[in-house]
Amino acid sequence: MATLTVPRESRTSGRPGVAPRRPGGRRFELTPYLFLLPGMALFCVIVAYPLGRSLQISFYDWAVVPTQVSRFIGFDNYVRGLQDSQFWLSLANVGVYLVITVPGQVVIGMLIAVLLDSKLPGRTLFRVLFYLPVVTSWVVVALLFKYLFTTDGGAINWVLHDTLHLVDHNIAWLQGRWTGLMAVSILGIWKGVGWAMVIFLAALSGVSADLKEAAALDGANAWHRFLNVSLPAIRKTLLFVVVLLIIGGFNVFISVLLMTNGGPAGGTEVPLTYMYKQAFGFLDFGYASALSFLLAIAIAVVSFVQFRLFREDSGERR
Amino acid sequence: MRPARWSIAARLALVAVGGIVMVLPFLYMLGTSFKPHAFLFELPPRLVPEDPTTANYATAWTGNDFGRYFLNSAYVAIATTVAVLTVSSMMAYAFARFDFVGKRLGFGVLMAGLMIPGIITIVPQFVLATNLRLLNSLNGLVLFYTGAGVAFTTFLLRGFFERVPRALDEAMTIDGAGPVRKFLRLYLPLARPALATAAIFSFLGAWDEFVWALTVIDNPDKRTLPIAIAAFQGQHGTEWGLVFAASTIAVIPVILVYVAGQRQFVSGLAAGAVKD
Repeated sequence: MATLTVPRESRTSGRPGVAPRRPGGRRFELTPYLFLLPGMALFCVIVAYPLGRSLQISFYDWAVVPTQVSRFIGFDNYVRGLQDSQFWLSLANVGVYLVITVPGQVVIGMLIAVLLDSKLPGRTLFRVLFYLPVVTSWVVVALLFKYLFTTDGGAINWVLHDTLHLVDHNIAWLQGRWTGLMAVSILGIWKGVGWAMVIFLAALSGVSADLKEAAALDGANAWHRFLNVSLPAIRKTLLFVVVLLIIGGFNVFISVLLMTNGGPAGGTEVPLTYMYKQAFGFLDFGYASALSFLLAIAIAVVSFVQFRLFREDSGERR
Repeated sequence: MRPARWSIAARLALVAVGGIVMVLPFLYMLGTSFKPHAFLFELPPRLVPEDPTTANYATAWTGNDFGRYFLNSAYVAIATTVAVLTVSSMMAYAFARFDFVGKRLGFGVLMAGLMIPGIITIVPQFVLATNLRLLNSLNGLVLFYTGAGVAFTTFLLRGFFERVPRALDEAMTIDGAGPVRKFLRLYLPLARPALATAAIFSFLGAWDEFVWALTVIDNPDKRTLPIAIAAFQGQHGTEWGLVFAASTIAVIPVILVYVAGQRQFVSGLAAGAVKD
């Protein structure tokens, strides 16, 4: 492979006056394809092909048992999904989760990032501490929070009831819809805030110190410096973080599965737990695939709207 | 700008409170893992157990085969990391330094794969794994984790490869080096920080993965740590002492890997995310 391609390479990119990146007039080269082959093949088999296959399965009453025949039913699975109140409830629940966790992570992550952006003793240690939940497995933290939210003898109720006297009886966190969603959301913020912090920190470190200094000389206080200098400078990063947090929020699954298992009576079910149950609980692969596509469409629409909103917003400002 | 001393103290206090909130659950978990069964729900909750015992660890390790699960996870995580880094660095090199027909399409498809939530494909992947006889197979896990991790790692590495100075590339070409030698002698060594970042991501991703393993593994011998830990959630209540002993065992490598690679981790993450 190497001996074949050496002369070609040197002729094109080594000759002065020939732009090395222009494909025009080049002979066909096998080398890049050989470098791509193993990874692309794997990606296509494991990700791309199943994606197409998922679309196909979603149009069938899919037979899990190989001896039975799957029946093509068109959009029936999708219609069923759109009429399924439990699916809509799961979408509403993920909406609640997003409304709590996305602003929570953005605001707290930004606050911590701004605080750590300046010279502060022990900032490396704090970065590590805040990032620790991010790298810890969802299973571990979900079970840990389930334990913390235990009704009788749990640490959260102990703080709220026995220590702060904010409530007059122990809250059965994981046995109610709203309290369950709240518990799952608190875990979501706790686990994700370090990620937002790291991205914001990186962006803030790129904001020109001269600008901040100039603003300070003009008499701007820290809040105004943040609002008028830092925040506009890291706009794109903010958009990036918000969009990724929303997409990530739609993916909430393990924490719900392990903390409430969608209960009580489906009250805390989120789309992925519902989809997973349809697939591997009821073995309704066709319906589960249709649900997953409906969810993907919802995610795509939300992300698209996000990008549009931010673009228009920044256009008006300039 | 030199902030006043009181302002530093105020900020430090704020960050410290946050830091404590972050780390307290972990300390509580560690403490609970040493608690005898009777003290699991003692009030007030204690961070440091009164009468510590290592019984939970002994039960997890010997009575529940956690040594095996640990090795299973280690094998899967290391093999996945090696495989992902190998194929992704090759792809990243092709995308960063070659022009070829289908380049934009190929990269676009990869990036689309990055956007799509992985779980959408879990049903056909399960069908595929069944057909390929990869249920209850650790190598099957490695194969699927690798395929799923390729897009992100390629994206990460391509950015670094593109920053390798062209002058170096051309100098090696003039010396008669072919693409393979340039890849091995120039691009890979220069991208070492990026490779370290990618390695940490891949390792932690495979070490912590739960949903796919839960779906394709039901042979107890082939369990990885996350599904073994979740399995302590029995029908008759959760065995919390065991859960937290096992969780501590599972978290230790994560903390070691993360702390060791912390600098690389943050710089790599930032390089991918910040493009203002």
